[in-house]
Amino acid sequence: MSSYHGTSSKGRLRRIFDSTAVRLTVLFIVFMWTLPTAGMLVSSFRAPIDIRTSGWWTVFLPPYSLSQWTLENYQNVITADGMGAAFINSFIVTIPATVIPITIAAFAAYAFAWMKFRGRDLLFALVVAMLVVPLQMALIPVLRLYTGLDLNGTFLGVWLAHTGFGLPLAIFLFYGYISLLPRELFESAWIDGASHYTAFTRLVLPLSVPAIASFAIFQFLWVWNDLLVALVFLGTNPEVTIVTSRLAAMVGTKGQDWHLLTAGAFVSMVVPLIIFLALQRYFVRGLLAGSVKG
Amino acid sequence: MAHVDASEKQEMGVGARFIAFISSVFLAVIIPLIAFAVIYAGFIFLRDSNAPKWVITLVAIVWGVGGIAVLYWVFNGLVERLPPAWTARLQPFVFVGPALAILVWYLALPTARTFWLSLHDRNADAFVGLANYSAIFTERVMREAFRNNLMWIIFGSTFSVLFGLLVATLADRSRWERVSKTFIFLPMAISFVGAGVIWNFIYEVRPVTVPQIGLLNAIVVALGGTPKPWYAWTDIIPWNNLFLIVIVVWLQAGFSMVLFSAALKGIPSELMEAGRVDGASEIQIYFRIMLPYIRGTIITVWTTIVIFTLKIFDVVWVMTGGQFGTEVIATQFFRQSFVARNSGFGSAIAIILLLAVIPVMIYNLRQFREQEAF
Repeated sequence: MSSYHGTSSKGRLRRIFDSTAVRLTVLFIVFMWTLPTAGMLVSSFRAPIDIRTSGWWTVFLPPYSLSQWTLENYQNVITADGMGAAFINSFIVTIPATVIPITIAAFAAYAFAWMKFRGRDLLFALVVAMLVVPLQMALIPVLRLYTGLDLNGTFLGVWLAHTGFGLPLAIFLFYGYISLLPRELFESAWIDGASHYTAFTRLVLPLSVPAIASFAIFQFLWVWNDLLVALVFLGTNPEVTIVTSRLAAMVGTKGQDWHLLTAGAFVSMVVPLIIFLALQRYFVRGLLAGSVKG
Repeated sequence: MAHVDASEKQEMGVGARFIAFISSVFLAVIIPLIAFAVIYAGFIFLRDSNAPKWVITLVAIVWGVGGIAVLYWVFNGLVERLPPAWTARLQPFVFVGPALAILVWYLALPTARTFWLSLHDRNADAFVGLANYSAIFTERVMREAFRNNLMWIIFGSTFSVLFGLLVATLADRSRWERVSKTFIFLPMAISFVGAGVIWNFIYEVRPVTVPQIGLLNAIVVALGGTPKPWYAWTDIIPWNNLFLIVIVVWLQAGFSMVLFSAALKGIPSELMEAGRVDGASEIQIYFRIMLPYIRGTIITVWTTIVIFTLKIFDVVWVMTGGQFGTEVIATQFFRQSFVARNSGFGSAIAIILLLAVIPVMIYNLRQFREQEAF
């Protein structure tokens, strides 16, 4: 990024010093940032008695015995503590709660961008206005509505809630993308007799994959990691509870059982971490486009 | 397509036309009915079923994902059968209708309803006017929550911005830019609950007589100090909140780093060259040319984190549950609404939260539009 012009030996010396200092600083920050997670990961493979009596960093000191490592914590937390069932529930909650808002928002964004209808600007303003509403606003009234509809503690209820809370951002993002597609593209399609529906499914959806992927990662991570919505609409019933509420409940009841907590935390983190590492590019693109939940 | 249909119809006899009309009406009624019946059956199945978990999972995903697509397909098919003028008039509403219905049902109406509830007592029976609001500003625990939220806003956003800026600046100049950025970025994928466990472990405190297993206290003891309970350290209230704020900075620094890094890379190199030709040092170039250039991004990141910290909930809820003087607005909201079951007071807190967020959000959106995202 920067092109230094110094050619004298003094300049070169300084440059080497500068770049070494920069590298060391970056290395130090990376080390600090990784340390908390590393400590948790190491601990999750240690025997309960070891965790309780010595710091996790002692595993890096001799004696290096292999027998100190164990998978028992994971076994316990997945079966006895219900993390396994919660893990499956997290998938059941997250996949539809990601796909449903994408479908609905993409249709709406296309209409706002390329269809003429009365009240379009006003309705779009309503969508943007909804960006500011914290989801806390909706919890009590929606919970009351759900009680009437018997939707409390159901997956359906939680999908629709996440859909509602994710829609403004999704529409806003997709509109930003779809409205910038070249006009000629649509005009030639319309002249060829394509309906709006065809133009949407055959042209806009395939072209919008980058925007959709960005939002999908966001919504997936957000729903998977969410605690508040899950606590309110799903509760802690083991049949439906998800990893975050399960883990939060364990923090409350087993606050000192570090062997279970660390293993449980890692179980709850593994999917987001994989998704994140695999699709980082789209995640970054989404961030730059303003994918931040309002 | 409409033209083709019309010319074909002219060639048909009256009887054929009648049958075509009947069948299209029939289709127009039957297909949506079947679609609705299937979707409703799926709804009831998912709500009440005791089938094995994997069956429910499968049905859930097919229903949730496919059902929505079928709805659009059916309604669109219906509208496209109408005369072209009506198609043009109604089709947009097929496209935006579901989105608007959900937005109104999940956000707009609840906001109005929350406001209405906030003017009533705990069971929404009696109208109490602004009593809940005056309680918010007089109750001791609420004042504590406001104070703490202010700390979250000031320290949380400032540290996140400064740190992101530092890392973005340094990492761009280092050879392992991508790898180091990934490491800093990684906590963004971790849930608040997971982060709570991770940091609880770092802050873990043990009696003086046994070895410390929390990293921070181990360091303190190794340096000759006594172990501290950190975020539960009531002697230093309100500064113990900083130990919770650190967690969010750890989670969010990656966000600000990414935005700053992109912004810094977008600065035209001629600008910096011009500075160098004029004899400016690298430091001067950084502070006088680069930082002012990315001012817009700095404001966006800052306001985004301000909004985020205004609504902070999970971290506090998992780490302290609001004890030790760490209560914030959102935890009070949750406690009042769902633990104390005082819907009036809880709703009033939500409205206050909304009022606090609106101006920042408007500012934020305006900034974003100026930057032409995507």
